Amino acid sequence: MEKSKISFPHMGNYCVPIEVLLTMILDCDYLTPPPMTKRTLEIGAKYSPDYVCAPFKYNLGCYIEALENGADTLVQTGGVCRLSYYGEIQEQILRDLGYEFTFINFADSEVTNPISIYQKMKQYNPNLTIKTLSKALYLAVRMVTIMDQTENFLRENVGFEEQPGTLDKLYEAFLQELRSVRSVKELKKKHKRYQKMMKQVKLKKPENPLRVGIIGEYYTIMEPFSNHFIEKNLAQKGIVVTRHTNISNTLFFRNPTKMLKDIPKYLKYDIGATGIDTIREAEKLAKMGYDGIIHVKSFGCTPEMDAMPILENISHDYKIPVLYFSFDSQTAEAGIETRLEAFYDMIVMRKENRK
Amino acid sequence: MKIGIPRALLYYRYHHLWETFFQELGCEVIISPKTKKEMLQIGNNYAIDEACLSYKIYLGHVEWLIDKCDYILVPRIATYKEREIVCTRFQAAYDVIQNTFRDRHVKLLDYNLDVCHHQTEINGFLEMGKKLGKKKKDILRAYHIAKSRQDTYDQMQLKEQYQKLQDDNNLKLLIVAHPYNIYDDYIGKPIIDYLQELGCTPIFASLVPKETASNLAHQISPTLQWTYNKEMLGAIPLYFDHIDGIILMSSFPCGPDSLVNEMIIRRIKGKPILTLTLDMQDGTAGRETRLESFVDIIRIKKEER
Repeated sequence: MEKSKISFPHMGNYCVPIEVLLTMILDCDYLTPPPMTKRTLEIGAKYSPDYVCAPFKYNLGCYIEALENGADTLVQTGGVCRLSYYGEIQEQILRDLGYEFTFINFADSEVTNPISIYQKMKQYNPNLTIKTLSKALYLAVRMVTIMDQTENFLRENVGFEEQPGTLDKLYEAFLQELRSVRSVKELKKKHKRYQKMMKQVKLKKPENPLRVGIIGEYYTIMEPFSNHFIEKNLAQKGIVVTRHTNISNTLFFRNPTKMLKDIPKYLKYDIGATGIDTIREAEKLAKMGYDGIIHVKSFGCTPEMDAMPILENISHDYKIPVLYFSFDSQTAEAGIETRLEAFYDMIVMRKENRK
Repeated sequence: MKIGIPRALLYYRYHHLWETFFQELGCEVIISPKTKKEMLQIGNNYAIDEACLSYKIYLGHVEWLIDKCDYILVPRIATYKEREIVCTRFQAAYDVIQNTFRDRHVKLLDYNLDVCHHQTEINGFLEMGKKLGKKKKDILRAYHIAKSRQDTYDQMQLKEQYQKLQDDNNLKLLIVAHPYNIYDDYIGKPIIDYLQELGCTPIFASLVPKETASNLAHQISPTLQWTYNKEMLGAIPLYFDHIDGIILMSSFPCGPDSLVNEMIIRRIKGKPILTLTLDMQDGTAGRETRLESFVDIIRIKKEER
């Protein structure tokens, strides 16, 4: 019997651990969706509800392109905001378009519970054992953690290479190798090797570089295509970029109750989705004396919109500039660049004045 | 002691509960006036550009109440039961209002309804009462009176709606919309009035036996989690045989509605559906034309049969 071809929409580089996880659990072939282009978004937006948030459109575009490339099984995760309802609607839209496929939607099971994950996955792979599942989950968690650590390092250093592009190339090669990793031992070995190579890359970092923190909505912040490669853009201007929001910090090591206690001045309650993360991170960056904060989200993202009046207060209290980006399916490149440059000029001037 | 209640958002779900509770505790209750254009404009000035219309209205009402009362009631509503959520807007309202009007030294009174985290309504009201310096016994008494008044009112409304369903002379249109959009004097009421002028009887999807409707919604769409949208979705099968058409009326850019409306259009077959989006544009001509032709088409089809 031919193996099924499974696919999951792009989000940053996480298609790598997703591939490892799904191929191990479901004993299937993984089809990485084609790299996102303007067409992905156009086709996604075309079949999406009018004013749904942009990640829905990107996801749908990725699904369609994956199906066009021969995928027969699609996966959706569910989540804590509108994302929890993405799957059912996306499946319906794709079926109405006439596609035939299997749709695995985690929104209809309690994903935090390992037993329900096992029961759900067993429907698709009857040979699945608890041992394989836990091994795969553990490996994926470790892989994501390592990737997140590496990407943090990259964001802070990629703007200062003597030979621009070296780190990105190394990371690219590392990710390629990760795709075939099937054990934690292998993972550790490869990580060690690449970590060493990355540390050897020559940097010319000034003593006191500009530092900017990126905060905001889950998808838009993690998928560079959807934020118009804002991090790369900043790095090229010679800025240290810091971002707390990634899978490991929001999925594995998150404690909302504790987080809320850090920011009593600004929040009494959990404001939904990753709102507290955004506020807490903003105040942390402000306290650390960062030169600026950039808040990114997709148009209409309610939880992040609710964070904005609070960010305004943080900006006022700590005298830290905050730049807001709300990306839609029709955000013009030129407008983003102009605003980023103006922001850059402003933080450079502020820094010089403070000397 | 004066308690201000903004006439917007969940006011339309809870106003008897809230008003009676505070009155029974001996407080004076001030309710902001009916929405006017100026209030929306003030709300808009305080809002993030892309906030939904209903929320801009809410901000306008809160602003109106500042300096007119001791406390403004802004509850935090997060969950009613397991596997259900509400729009994060309601979850964030307290903190957002607090931060938006920080410079105006706004004093808020809140209660936290988050059943998934063991925060029940009655506990929330107890805490509110304590903050106002009332005795537990009095708070509980006030709460129970308020609760039963709200229930009686809800039952009465439901009964009225059932009677309307039996009326066979007029076209009956199911309005799938949040109560804060339907009953708002500035955005929803003109539309309802106009439908009545056209000789239609509006039936409200938000007026349902909640539990029954919620279960029906689950059958149509198993992963739908928004409590309010579930109730309204369930109203469709519940009233289906009595209605001639469906109007989906949402404020731009409502998060839950953006998806649920799509689901309704794709899964509910056999009744004409019109989507109306309410936004800051207040020209009514285009809207009236659309409503009129929608009603005409339904009439013609009905006569053909």
